[in-house]
Amino acid sequence: MTVTTVTRQDVIDFLYTEAKILDEWRLKEWAALFTDDGTYDIPPLGEPDADPRKYLYFAHDTRERLEERAERLLKKEAHVEYPHSTTIHNYNNILVTNLDSDIITVECNFTIHRTKREVMDTFIGKHFYEIVQQDDEFAIKNKRVVLHLDSLRPHGKISLIL
Amino acid sequence: MEQFIQDNVEKSEFLVNRKVFTDREILARERAEIFNKCWLFIGHDTEIPELGDYKRKNVGGRNLIFIRSQDGEIRALFNTCPHRGALVARENEGNSRVFRCFYHAWSFKNDGELVGMPGQDGFPEGFNDEGTKNMKAVKRVESYRGFVFVNYDPDAISLDEYLGNAKEYIDLVADQSEYGLEALGGVQEYSVRTNWKLLAENSVDLYHGMPTHKTYFDIKQDQDPDLKKVKLEGEGVELDNGHAVIEYVAPWGRPVAQWTPIWDEELKNDMEKMKERLAERFGEERADRIANYNRNMVIFPNLIINDIMAVTARTFYPTSPGYIEVSGYSLAPKEEKESHRMARNDNFLEFLGPGGFATPDDNEALELCQEAYNNNTEVEWNDISKGMWRGAGNALATDEVQMRNFWRQYNSRIQESLKKEAVQE
Repeated sequence: MTVTTVTRQDVIDFLYTEAKILDEWRLKEWAALFTDDGTYDIPPLGEPDADPRKYLYFAHDTRERLEERAERLLKKEAHVEYPHSTTIHNYNNILVTNLDSDIITVECNFTIHRTKREVMDTFIGKHFYEIVQQDDEFAIKNKRVVLHLDSLRPHGKISLIL
Repeated sequence: MEQFIQDNVEKSEFLVNRKVFTDREILARERAEIFNKCWLFIGHDTEIPELGDYKRKNVGGRNLIFIRSQDGEIRALFNTCPHRGALVARENEGNSRVFRCFYHAWSFKNDGELVGMPGQDGFPEGFNDEGTKNMKAVKRVESYRGFVFVNYDPDAISLDEYLGNAKEYIDLVADQSEYGLEALGGVQEYSVRTNWKLLAENSVDLYHGMPTHKTYFDIKQDQDPDLKKVKLEGEGVELDNGHAVIEYVAPWGRPVAQWTPIWDEELKNDMEKMKERLAERFGEERADRIANYNRNMVIFPNLIINDIMAVTARTFYPTSPGYIEVSGYSLAPKEEKESHRMARNDNFLEFLGPGGFATPDDNEALELCQEAYNNNTEVEWNDISKGMWRGAGNALATDEVQMRNFWRQYNSRIQESLKKEAVQE
């Protein structure tokens, strides 16, 4: 079997697809983008490499937890997101490295807008991905969301998936 | 005189006028009568363990430097240069023997004493003999079991007296550890578009648990099919000076120490040992209370200590009637081992904080209250009557006695100031 050659553009298309899935609230599909041991992390502000034992994260999700997160947000009783907010996930300045390795690494800037009840909040920062190939498809092994904010004000919450 | 609460014991009805959530003049009065006079939480002493460690804190509208000075004393310095007023410390935290204002380069020791300024020949000898050019410190800084408070009223009663019988409940939290609790890094700084008193209420409200947090309990139910065997049951207690607590059993796991099936056997064994040790230290009954009972406590006006699926402290300040800045802490035993700490932190994040599965829904509820107070002119009163008919000392944890205690304290402070003005006029 030949190893499928992937290009930088393939990786970028995968990220844009993830962003589209999130903006369309297809959250179960989003969780399915992760490997069985996939993780989703949002470290504390200003401490991107914080030890999760000593620091309080905003999210430190195992695959199981991120699936619960996705499923919860689709319920009517996830009040903060019912009715669903409108979101736009913009990814740019995408740098793909280790394209030939088992784990492809990507960093990109993001600007994510969320609007609900006529209030818009904007989240900015950097995403760091570890992406692997399984069954000829990409899967996310880790997504790390490093917010470039001084505080969660006036956002107040990270109820959406970033 | 205008009444903000209706406390009708005969009718078992307790009402709060919604104006207190929206009125700017009331907020000004709260600043003067509550935030300028009550003991306010500034931080935990483990946030600044070493000499020279500091953190910037906003407390009651002031910019403070929370610092362990070189003499070992914990101080709260007003973060403003005595010269022309610029903010002196500009980094959020660090360790420093000296602070230097960048504007004219006046330098201060970390207890606030002025130690140098350029162009000294322009000032007379003995210019700072009275110490008026030192960075000013909050006069009253006192602590209880690691929780450090400031008070802007130099004549305030002592913290010890102020906390009163709430200390008993702080002890139950702190006694989880033999070596003391420590604050984790990454204090969560967020906001809610709501009035500050609504978060005080919500933080000690068990009544909303099931309807507001159904999605959390759904997840818990999946994790543990026997979950429903433990109900949310307990009592609500009025404490001194407007403080209050609910104490109850709940189905979730508690790091110290109520095991739950999502945790492994090793943790189960550890927790059994922890309980044995607690029983050695405090006897069976108190050990059971420490390990298996949850506590949501409000220290009037705005410190919450919730000892639930993890231990969180939370404080919050209004910048307007409809907007608050919240700081959320996690506290844990210093000696906790790694696997145990991870279980605790996972437990915390599953429910609490801006990215948790519950806190954002709380905040949504509070924001919807605030939004709907646009109808205040026609729909004036909130109802806080639950459990009132049961009579004093019989309140359940799912009742609202703890909020009524908060509101009675609130009302007496506000009414007292209105009375004084009426006399003067």
